Amino acid sequence: MIRLEKRPQPSRVWSLITPVFAVLATMVFGGILFAMLGKNPVEAIQTIFYDPLFGEFAFYYRPQLLVKGAPLVLIAIGLSLGFRAGIWNIGAEGQYIMGAICGAAVGLAFYPLEAAYIFPLMILAGALGGWIWAMIPAFLKVRFGTNEILVSLMLVYVAEQMLASVSLGLLKNPQGFGFPGSRNLQQYDSAHNAELITGTGMHWGVVAAFVAVIFAYVLLNRHMLGFHIRLTGEAPRAAKFAGVHPARLILFCLGISGALAGLAGLFEVSGPSGVVSIDFNVGYGFTAIIVAFLGRLHPVGILLAGGLMALTYIGGEIAQSRLGLPSAAIQVFQGMLLFFLLALDLLTNFRIAIRKRGVA
Amino acid sequence: MDLSAINPVLLIASLMVAATPLLLAALGELVVEKAGVLNLGVEGMMIVGAITGFAITVESGSPFLGFVASAIGGALLSLLFVVLTQFAQANQVASGLALTLFGLGLSALMGQSYVGVKPPSTPKLDIPVLSDLPVVGPILFGHDMVLYFGIALTAAVWALLKYSRVGLILRAVGENHDAAHALGYKVVRIRILAILFGGACAGLGGAYISLVRVPQWTEGMTAGVGWIALALVVFASWKPWRALLGAYLFGGVTVVQLNLQAAGVAIPVEYLAMSPYLITIIVLVILSADKSGAPAALGRNFHASR
Repeated sequence: MIRLEKRPQPSRVWSLITPVFAVLATMVFGGILFAMLGKNPVEAIQTIFYDPLFGEFAFYYRPQLLVKGAPLVLIAIGLSLGFRAGIWNIGAEGQYIMGAICGAAVGLAFYPLEAAYIFPLMILAGALGGWIWAMIPAFLKVRFGTNEILVSLMLVYVAEQMLASVSLGLLKNPQGFGFPGSRNLQQYDSAHNAELITGTGMHWGVVAAFVAVIFAYVLLNRHMLGFHIRLTGEAPRAAKFAGVHPARLILFCLGISGALAGLAGLFEVSGPSGVVSIDFNVGYGFTAIIVAFLGRLHPVGILLAGGLMALTYIGGEIAQSRLGLPSAAIQVFQGMLLFFLLALDLLTNFRIAIRKRGVA
Repeated sequence: MDLSAINPVLLIASLMVAATPLLLAALGELVVEKAGVLNLGVEGMMIVGAITGFAITVESGSPFLGFVASAIGGALLSLLFVVLTQFAQANQVASGLALTLFGLGLSALMGQSYVGVKPPSTPKLDIPVLSDLPVVGPILFGHDMVLYFGIALTAAVWALLKYSRVGLILRAVGENHDAAHALGYKVVRIRILAILFGGACAGLGGAYISLVRVPQWTEGMTAGVGWIALALVVFASWKPWRALLGAYLFGGVTVVQLNLQAAGVAIPVEYLAMSPYLITIIVLVILSADKSGAPAALGRNFHASR
């Protein structure tokens, strides 16, 4: 008879191995899915995971890895802090949109003035936009005890409507011949988040993502606040005795994740995307949830997970054009990954014991 | 602007239609939460139900089969949640999110060849004299069977939870799973059944959107209805009749908002479209002070150590 025995402490070894196993299991089941769609599974998996890195056109795809990975890592780092403490911000998509809107609005307000201070101001506005959007659920949670999951998620839909509204109205390009969408920030030097080194994909958002990883690592390992975050997640009662101030923790965790998501939105709108348009957001805020879990809520893990997830985006696009794999298949693939991750986590927290029945 | 174009009778009738998906999903989730499980995957189960029901209806030509299939589809997806939370002891919040993300992708994949297809219409109740009555007819006797089923289900869930032995056991499991286990009730088995019921209800609700309310298939068409249903359970403080009231309230907001858009009110369309979500937040804030109805073991996993 197979029984589960709770481990006194989560196994460190298993907690490192499970993400790898989850990825492998996803590849196997993803392959089966692709086969069911009538595609060659080996070819599909190779197109997604191998070709962007080492294939014929890898020189073109490798920089994309940074471009797609940066917003994912930036958002996931913020989310992971809250997730660790049991504070669930799942509205990062909305905060990402608001950051983009606020940042782009500041940039466009200065148009066509060229000055060095414009981009820093936009960064500030982007972070502030995301922060304010996340402070709504934070404040409501602290003041009224409202569920932050539902409020932050509802605000995603509100933010999407805001995005539609500004790209058709307030921020619409006056010289855009009536088409929706703002001026292209890529053509406005002072507001353009250009590549720092041409051809590498390295832009300020990537730098910010790396800084965020280091910042989160230091915070969690060397700082009292980080200790409080971990303590609240692992032993809420002990945290209470240790004098952790729950309200302050909620405001901090939601605030920082909102600001980081806002930054991600700003770097995207001023760089790779360029314009505020109705279909600006592509779900980074939700995929970042998977990234955070795949990275085991650990900053370094998130960095790796962000890279892997970016790979599935890029590889997915290649597979879409080359093999005709539907884009939704990649979405399923990413969802599957989270499933296997959560399921295999069992091995981290429990030991599987095989015992004969009746022997006590 | 022409507000007189809005017909109050039709408004109430369409309000009931708009409320039904919410009501079905909320009732399912209510039972799940009463058993002490928080399944945040309602949105995912709804959208999978929506496409399953749609596809089967188009293929078979029978809306009835479609609705049955949608319930099965929703329940099958919730089975994944069962595996994660009841067997693998995974965090319920994270598992629910996984279910939603997975469901959104899966439905998009399943629905590729159904975009732009028109489904066979769901038959409406047509009682010779009653359905033709001026005001009462369209409101009370002019709907499809699923809408009435939703109301009947409200009564059934209420009676079951309040008066039956099954309801008592379900509530016991949700309030204190250790005590229920000590009394010899199969905590995990009861929770699995509750989760499957929740999945079936969410699937039905989703199919109601794609088959009756819209009726069409578009990617991500549930647009947060599943999440509003979750909020509705809190709003209802876990009471079925209040869920019905809440669903009609939210349905009313949606319908009024759409009617105002059509009537060309001076408020921009985007601000009207965000109103249901804003109202959900406001209602949540007002009601979050009172958590007395919440099952005590909500969101906590059960693992029998002996």
